[in-house]
Amino acid sequence: MSSETKQILTTDGIPLEISLKKAERKNKIKAFLLVAPLLLFLIITYIFPIGEMFTRSIDDKMITNMLPKTFKSMETWDGKELPSEEVFASFLSDFKILVEKKEHGKLAQRLNKEKNGFNTITKKLFRQVKRNKIDETQSIKEQIMKVHKRWRNVEYWQAIKRTAPPYTSAKYLKAMDMYLNEDNKITQVSEDRRIHRILWLRTVEVAFFVTVFCFLMGYPIAHLLATLPMKYSNLLMICVLLPFWTSLLVRTASWMILLQQQGVVNDFFVMIGLVSDDNRPEMMYNKVGTYVAMTQILLPFMVLPLYSVMKTISPSLMRAGKSLGGTPFVAFWKVYFPLTIPGIGAGCLLVFILAIGYYITPALVGGASGTLISNQIAYHMKTTLDWSFASAMGLMLLGGVLVIYWLYNKLVGVDNIKLG
Amino acid sequence: MALPKYTETRYRIWHYFYIAICTFVFIFLIAPLFVIFPLSFNAEEFLVFSEGMKNLDPDAFSLRWYKDMVYGTKNPWGLAAKNSFIIAIFATLGSVILGTVAALGLSSRHMPFKGIIMATLISPMIVPLIISGVAIFFFMAKAGLAATHTGIVLAHIILGTPFVVITVTATLSGFDHSVTRAAASLGSNPVNTFMKVTLPLILPGVISGGLFAFVTSFDEVVVVLFLAGLENTTIPIQMWTGLREQLSPTILAVATCLIVLSTLILISAELLRRRSERLRGINR
Repeated sequence: MSSETKQILTTDGIPLEISLKKAERKNKIKAFLLVAPLLLFLIITYIFPIGEMFTRSIDDKMITNMLPKTFKSMETWDGKELPSEEVFASFLSDFKILVEKKEHGKLAQRLNKEKNGFNTITKKLFRQVKRNKIDETQSIKEQIMKVHKRWRNVEYWQAIKRTAPPYTSAKYLKAMDMYLNEDNKITQVSEDRRIHRILWLRTVEVAFFVTVFCFLMGYPIAHLLATLPMKYSNLLMICVLLPFWTSLLVRTASWMILLQQQGVVNDFFVMIGLVSDDNRPEMMYNKVGTYVAMTQILLPFMVLPLYSVMKTISPSLMRAGKSLGGTPFVAFWKVYFPLTIPGIGAGCLLVFILAIGYYITPALVGGASGTLISNQIAYHMKTTLDWSFASAMGLMLLGGVLVIYWLYNKLVGVDNIKLG
Repeated sequence: MALPKYTETRYRIWHYFYIAICTFVFIFLIAPLFVIFPLSFNAEEFLVFSEGMKNLDPDAFSLRWYKDMVYGTKNPWGLAAKNSFIIAIFATLGSVILGTVAALGLSSRHMPFKGIIMATLISPMIVPLIISGVAIFFFMAKAGLAATHTGIVLAHIILGTPFVVITVTATLSGFDHSVTRAAASLGSNPVNTFMKVTLPLILPGVISGGLFAFVTSFDEVVVVLFLAGLENTTIPIQMWTGLREQLSPTILAVATCLIVLSTLILISAELLRRRSERLRGINR
């Protein structure tokens, strides 16, 4: 290139490169402006609230704000023996403010969660304060310690100190049936109270087996649909699409009718002599019901991605495999099956993710042994109103889903998700 | 699926076994829907096939439960149906407009940060519903929109847009952009080009996305359970309550109506898909 090469100019006299860049930028902004309304809407109404779930789940500012002076004076306390007069004094002055604001009940409740027995002794202290029994000219430490013997117990003061940090991981630990004990060590709750771990395991187990069942049932029919001539396959496709478009609750209702003790499935079993009439098996309100109903409900989500992948595989590939000496089984396993892996991945991912967050069907046909972690989240949202605990469990579930999604993206790629 | 004459016996057996499995799975998929039909015409209160029904005795069948659904005392279904339709229609409109516009931007090759933005836009589809429910509830409670129609419509727009975004971007991927350039060169402004040229061509995708959004909203129960008050009860909520308390034949009458509705939606979705394929075939 010679140095004489002139810059190419547009008709306005601006160098072409700059002009192009400008146009490019304009296009970028234009495209972004089209996406902006939806993006903004989702960020405000959806992404942001999910973030709020996180702050809610670790938030523990309540006591931090209730006992500011106490925690300030506790900073120098080593936590081994009873705290000094100063700590007692500041605790009393914090407590008096709370009594004025009528918030001492909340304090007692929260502290009682940290260590059993706070309810009684806070009430006792409240009565003393209310009657102005505590003389501030004398040793406050001595007087508080006289209110109840537990105020003389250093463990209770340690419990107060543990509530000082404004953030806590307690909700997450609770969801794993663990807690922080007196020495700030993670401890497991006693064996008979480990309910959440059972629920997590059961959720994963149900989601896993439902995925396996869907795969085992979905693969053959997707293959049949993809290889049959159009006119037959279109008709059979309705069998997949009609349940897909039908309300979830309608399908659950029909399974409730089918699986009840006097229901059609049991009638059929009696008719073919599998079970005797007076010994009909219980198929609903247990895991069997959950598995059967969830498999049928999620099966279309397995069949549709499999079908769309299988449709693109040319039948001549199988013929080629066979002509090269493979038996039909070998040809299938070595040629056809590997080509369907993207479809298998997409189907399994969809079914697993949908199954792991399932709520409605387990709640209706699952009975006590069929409830999953989602039911627990809903229970805490609606009944106990422990929203921070519900948020913590929700985020743990979300974390699991995102890990699966990420793994899937690594292995297969997300672009394979297709709808119908 | 006739087998060639030279097929060995073991493959023949395998083939029939395969057909048997497929038949079983198809019955498993579709049969539950057909149990509801006859039982909804039951003259009795029990949800089992009575002796009369098995013998096809006309007295064993009646429209009793359909009458109860429409005229029943303290009937919740009228209000629920009205709410469901209002909410679903507005949610569909919102999702279609927001989703289509966003899909137009997303399929432009100038779009910056395409991957992460796409992931954000379709996240409501991937995040388990119960979590979406909790998050949306927190927002609506703060905004004072809990237990209002507006709140539920907004929630359903969130859940419905991913379907519109996906179907419309898929339609646009086969879209020939030279037609819009042609329109522009003939002096049409962008809005006019969109209305007169682009929209008619991508309409099947837009409508089928809209159908997805409609069904999502019409069938949605998890989020609504968090958001709805007594005034905004919907069909899914009524069914949920009914199924939890006592399975009455009236629910089956409602379910039958819903199956008819979903059949209609299925037919229109299928017709649209074919039309879209035809249109794209011409484009190529």
